[in-house]
Amino acid sequence: MKDLVKGMDGIKVIIETCTGCGLCLRACPYQAIELREKKAWITDNCTLCGACVEACPWKAIVIAGWKPIPKEDLSQYRGICVMVEHRFGELSPIVPEIIGAALALKQQFKGDPRTVSALLIGSGVRALSEELFAYGVDEVWLLDKPGIDPFAEDILADLAARAIRDRKPEIVLGGGTVMGRSLLPRMAAKLRTGLTADCTELSIDPETGLLRQTRPAFGGNIMATILCESSRPQMATVRHKVMKPAPKEIGRTGQVVELDYKVPKSDFEILEFVEDTSQKLDLTEADFIVSGGRGLGDPKNFSYIEELARTIGGTVGASRAAVDAGWIPYPHQVGQTGKTVNPKIYIACGISGAVQHQVGMKGSDVIIAINKDPNAPIFSIAHYGIVGDLFQVIPELIRQLRSKEQG
Amino acid sequence: MKIAVCIKQVPGTTEVQINPETGTLMREGVEGIINPFDLYALEEGIRLKEKYGGTVTVLSMGPPQVESAIREAISYGADEGVMISDRSFAGSDTLATAGTLAAALRILGPFDVILMGRQAIDGDTGQVGPETAEHLGIPHVTEVKMIEGVEGNRITLRRMLEHGYLRLKAPLPILLTVVKEINTPRPASFKGKLRARQVPVKILSGKDLDLAPKIVGLSGSPTRVIRVFTPPKPTGGKVFTGEPKEAVQSLLRALKEAGIPMNCKNGS
Repeated sequence: MKDLVKGMDGIKVIIETCTGCGLCLRACPYQAIELREKKAWITDNCTLCGACVEACPWKAIVIAGWKPIPKEDLSQYRGICVMVEHRFGELSPIVPEIIGAALALKQQFKGDPRTVSALLIGSGVRALSEELFAYGVDEVWLLDKPGIDPFAEDILADLAARAIRDRKPEIVLGGGTVMGRSLLPRMAAKLRTGLTADCTELSIDPETGLLRQTRPAFGGNIMATILCESSRPQMATVRHKVMKPAPKEIGRTGQVVELDYKVPKSDFEILEFVEDTSQKLDLTEADFIVSGGRGLGDPKNFSYIEELARTIGGTVGASRAAVDAGWIPYPHQVGQTGKTVNPKIYIACGISGAVQHQVGMKGSDVIIAINKDPNAPIFSIAHYGIVGDLFQVIPELIRQLRSKEQG
Repeated sequence: MKIAVCIKQVPGTTEVQINPETGTLMREGVEGIINPFDLYALEEGIRLKEKYGGTVTVLSMGPPQVESAIREAISYGADEGVMISDRSFAGSDTLATAGTLAAALRILGPFDVILMGRQAIDGDTGQVGPETAEHLGIPHVTEVKMIEGVEGNRITLRRMLEHGYLRLKAPLPILLTVVKEINTPRPASFKGKLRARQVPVKILSGKDLDLAPKIVGLSGSPTRVIRVFTPPKPTGGKVFTGEPKEAVQSLLRALKEAGIPMNCKNGS
């Protein structure tokens, strides 16, 4: 074999099979493949992402050396656990979505039913159990004790990891929220297990029963499917507004499993939560977003965007160009270095649509572009577009929307 | 105050275009850059040093070419740079990366404040920060938008959340991940550029970190990517041209036909 194999440890090019076609060079996101003597050669830039393995029509690239480490009997772990996020006595809007994803997975364990449980930790949160049952969970694992601040992530992570160790679910799902994306990595590191961030698709592999976790990377330009084979639980956060929320049926019941752990003292002193008045409706949760960009030409022209947003009950977004020019504050920025949004309708006005902007809004259900340049890249991803002067198009759009309402 | 800033070299994206036919990134001639969010972490580290004294150490894990990212960080004002590089680290997922970074931070530290960007623009996970903090056994706060100040052993922070922000006090040592709003990074100074060329960049290999092989790289990574693909491209958009009145009429008709709800919510 030794002459057949070239490259670094882990990834190998089978020289006899490689035709030097170069498809892997183009597929590689890290420029880690060169052609040497008309054969693919993997350089040290390689991160073993596997894009080339997928791209090679000749199956000439293989990733070897990965061996599962049997840590313990994985079959002890059973069931699906949902991490419950709540604030000021209310469930976070993402909770029904996580439960929806968990119930969909439950369906896929055909003939071998799994329990869907919700891990609820806090002070005076018992009443939320009823709501969780209404969304369809079978069990609530409840730790309701004084002295648990919902913002004290350090003790939440401690207590949650302990509950997972005791209850041993095979899958743990959390929200792709600010809290979820801080708490779950902390838990995963405590449990020494794998975690996949911000999944947009989850399914159960029918043969192995493993959780297939699919998520965007490279700002949504690449999708990756990830498995966690040799450790438990398999953990994932789910992207907001992607999973179908579980329907609520008042009156459904389930079993409350009381947890009794001593509450440790938090390292944090929570001073205050300050509501951001410039962000009345959070962009990441908005159903309608109207965004303005460089094409507005002047900060005062954001009034066009605000007026349209007000008309359709939407929230104002902006491109980086508009934010960097100081026309509108950073919390409104959509894109790679701003927020990732997925509203029902996204209206981009005077935004050319650089890839950095696209990655923040490509997940919108419907994208409408208004731009005077018919060649603007935004039109390549827009579902609908108007080529024209936004200073004429937006007032006309507002006028027709309003007259439609009256007529 | 001993400050560490962890940076990642990512494929530069400023000139990246999407190939309209294949929907993939066109990366011809794309250079590696410092992950944009990490520049804000670095700037915040330099500001902490200016205010409270101390040193800023920049760390980066990756193949040998991350040296250029480290030198760039020194040109902005970091005092020293350390490269964590070993073939055995290739294929690390977030947990293995965090374990490796934590081992390096332990050897170089102890640090009072460890800073990172909120996420890298290639992987987009944002998990390495919290996981590293757990490996180090210190607290962490993500999405920090302001450091109000440090008093003795306590740091006061503002952290972005949905619908607002949280003010909190946390103990040192701590690991923070920062958002863009926290500052405006300074450009490299002439003196910094000179220094960046001259100072040696320390290299930590697998042997230096003394980590068991089964917890680094591919074998230390519980998650495994089994498939990479490009998402389906949105199918042909309808573009309307001509007079605004007609174009808007056509748009609203098309939306109505497709059952897309866009209605007037505030008529006045």
